Amino acid sequence: MLDIRRIPIAALIGLVLTTLFVLAAVFAPLIAPHGNAEIVGDVWEPMSSAHWLGTDNLGRDLLSRLIYGARITLFIAVLATALSFSLGAILGFSAAVFGGWFDTILSRLVDLLMSIPTLIMGLVVLSVLPSNLVTLILVMGILDSTRVYRLSRAVAVDINVMDYVEAAKLRGEGSGWIIFREILPNALSPLVSELGLRFIYAVLFLSTLSFLGLGVQPPDADWGGMVKENKDGIVFGIPAALIPAAAIAALAISVNLVADWVLNRTTSLKGGRG
Amino acid sequence: MADGKAKSGLLLDIRNLRIEATVYPPGEAPKTITLVHDVSLTLEKGKVLGLIGESGAGKSTIGLSSMGYGRGGVRITGGEVILNGRDILKGGKEGFRKLRGREVCYVAQSAAAAFNPAHRLMDQVVEATLLHGTATRAEAEKRAVTLFKKLSLPNPETIGQRFPHQVSGGQLQRVMTAMALCSEPDLIVFDEPTTALDVTTQIDVLAAIKDAIRDTHVAALYITHDLAVVAQVSDEIMVLRHGRLVEWGGTRQIIKEPRQEYTNALVSVHEIEHKEQQPGTAPFLSVKNVTAAYGGGQVKVLKNVSVDIYPGQTLAVVGESGSGKSTLARAITGLLPPEQGTVTFDGRPLGNKLADRPKEDLRQLQMIYQMADVAMNPRQTVGTIIGRPLEFYFGMRGRERDKRVAELLDEIEMGKGFVDRYPAELSGGQKQRVCIARSLAAKPKLIICDEVTSALDPLVANGILKLLLNLQQVEKVAYLFITHDLATVKSIADSIAVMYRGEVVRYGAKSKVLTPPFDAYTDLLLSSVPEMEIGWLEKAIAGRRMESAGN
Repeated sequence: MLDIRRIPIAALIGLVLTTLFVLAAVFAPLIAPHGNAEIVGDVWEPMSSAHWLGTDNLGRDLLSRLIYGARITLFIAVLATALSFSLGAILGFSAAVFGGWFDTILSRLVDLLMSIPTLIMGLVVLSVLPSNLVTLILVMGILDSTRVYRLSRAVAVDINVMDYVEAAKLRGEGSGWIIFREILPNALSPLVSELGLRFIYAVLFLSTLSFLGLGVQPPDADWGGMVKENKDGIVFGIPAALIPAAAIAALAISVNLVADWVLNRTTSLKGGRG
Repeated sequence: MADGKAKSGLLLDIRNLRIEATVYPPGEAPKTITLVHDVSLTLEKGKVLGLIGESGAGKSTIGLSSMGYGRGGVRITGGEVILNGRDILKGGKEGFRKLRGREVCYVAQSAAAAFNPAHRLMDQVVEATLLHGTATRAEAEKRAVTLFKKLSLPNPETIGQRFPHQVSGGQLQRVMTAMALCSEPDLIVFDEPTTALDVTTQIDVLAAIKDAIRDTHVAALYITHDLAVVAQVSDEIMVLRHGRLVEWGGTRQIIKEPRQEYTNALVSVHEIEHKEQQPGTAPFLSVKNVTAAYGGGQVKVLKNVSVDIYPGQTLAVVGESGSGKSTLARAITGLLPPEQGTVTFDGRPLGNKLADRPKEDLRQLQMIYQMADVAMNPRQTVGTIIGRPLEFYFGMRGRERDKRVAELLDEIEMGKGFVDRYPAELSGGQKQRVCIARSLAAKPKLIICDEVTSALDPLVANGILKLLLNLQQVEKVAYLFITHDLATVKSIADSIAVMYRGEVVRYGAKSKVLTPPFDAYTDLLLSSVPEMEIGWLEKAIAGRRMESAGN
């Protein structure tokens, strides 16, 4: 089914990089040369054979922090995206299929949520609620699901009027079959392309929150938090802040390369055989 | 016109045209196929050549080659296209740009899809003329208004100010013809201009096109799959099949004395012998005084309609677009609950709303749609599409289900190899067959066929009709057959209901409905069906008792 040689080169690069990030995240304690919060040297040491990427603002090994950071960043971003997609897509599809008051109430609620800038909303909620991973993921997921809801509702409204959906309704199929078997497979392409984008937004949003001090709490740090810790170094020409930033960029690009490739395959109406 | 307009002489000379495309078949490496094999044709100034053949015969491809255009990756790889004495294929991009919209214009099949909905008609009609700088805007608009008049469009002075959605389909097709004529080209390519229209509208558009061609002395390539239509407008006919020339001759010769077997098949298509069955004692489905409306009672589309369907028989519902035939189907299936009246099934009233009906009632009433490609989920394989009703209604699973799917595929004359195919990998006729199999899988008593053959080529449609008739014999299923094509009705119906503006104007056994004296609408409908006879068009127009509703 999946022939390695037929994967385009760009997708291959994306796949390899993404796999590397995931592996680093999963096996962080085994790979990282030092502990996450362990102070091993001077402040902002340059790159050396002992510390490949140098040390950070407190003298911790930057490479180790980066690897542990991958774990936190990926974990939160993946869960938040998964939450936003399952919530947004299912509600969006249901709104399109059921219509009527269900659609109206849900859509106005989403409008209400979207009318408040995400960052401000996030800041308010997170400063009230206890700052832990669960609330962070929930807040990020729910705020992001409004966008997914809008997209999936718009896509599903178009699909819902197709003859094959009408045929399914005439057959007497329940909403479950209509949503998951008739609409979902046909809405996959826009959703997948959105997924690549939304995942990166989640990473960036998390970074923003951490940068503002409301995200992951020290001594743990996601990549955005690491940028914040080391930002003062930039003034002195120390690149420590740029390394986690580069990691975010690399993750963003590789995930989207993979998403584009999946997109190519899901758009095919011939089961990817053509 | 740059080179002056002679009334006679050679305009278009296509020599050994070869057109190729790259295809990507499932599970195989991409390969190059030849769509058109060394076809040659010539066309004199002011003459009309009809190109006819089924889908995939290469008729549109050849037609478009006269303006050097290849649709979707299609390449012209050999031969010459000589227009006004020069080979346009050698002109390159610049040459094409000068040629298209000035020397050669194109009239597309679906005017509704070909017009830009965001611009007014006039702007689109004069666009090519202005781009080529052959006239000022005022001149071009004046010319357009003259053309609107010639094409007998209503309000010729102001219709240009409307947007495409504000005029009917038949009018839009005529506006498109005006658009093609506006830049005074030497050649117009008509690509199935009336195929998407009702018979009663088609006749008006045909007459308008014919007059316009005659008065402007433009030459035309007329592409269609309907031999009766092309016989009305063209001087010569070229029959094509699989990208090869089958027969080329004068219109009279082709339709009266076809020399090739395939041409003969095209000429005599539609002649299915179907003996009318007498209505049984009791109808199993009767529609009583049904009135239905859209928009909360605002627009009444069905007024007091009553029809009966007998077991194992076919009721054909005939009428033009907007006559309420499809709405009748929606009322019977419960998609549009009627405002008044009842639908009785097997002696008991059917629930008005879809949600009120038990699964068993839903199973007994199945539906086949006009557009087979949108009636099947493009992400499901043929096996899933046919197998789902089996799972859903009969709880069949696994091997039992697969066996029944294979049987059904057999019944629709398709092999086992199709089980894993996706709809996009099927031809138009195969798609419609799969839809038939899907409805048969439910073992229904009634299948509602909504224009099931109107999107298909005549020969393919013929095959589908024969299949439906055979299946009726075997499965004892009744059909409610919605169509605007009277030839189809003649070959399949036992009784007929003629609908006009939401009312049944004529209803009864087939022989009775099709015997004079007719009411005005039935007469219009019957006389609008193109007959394979030269001069039919003029006769039909002259003999009409009423205007068609689309006008």
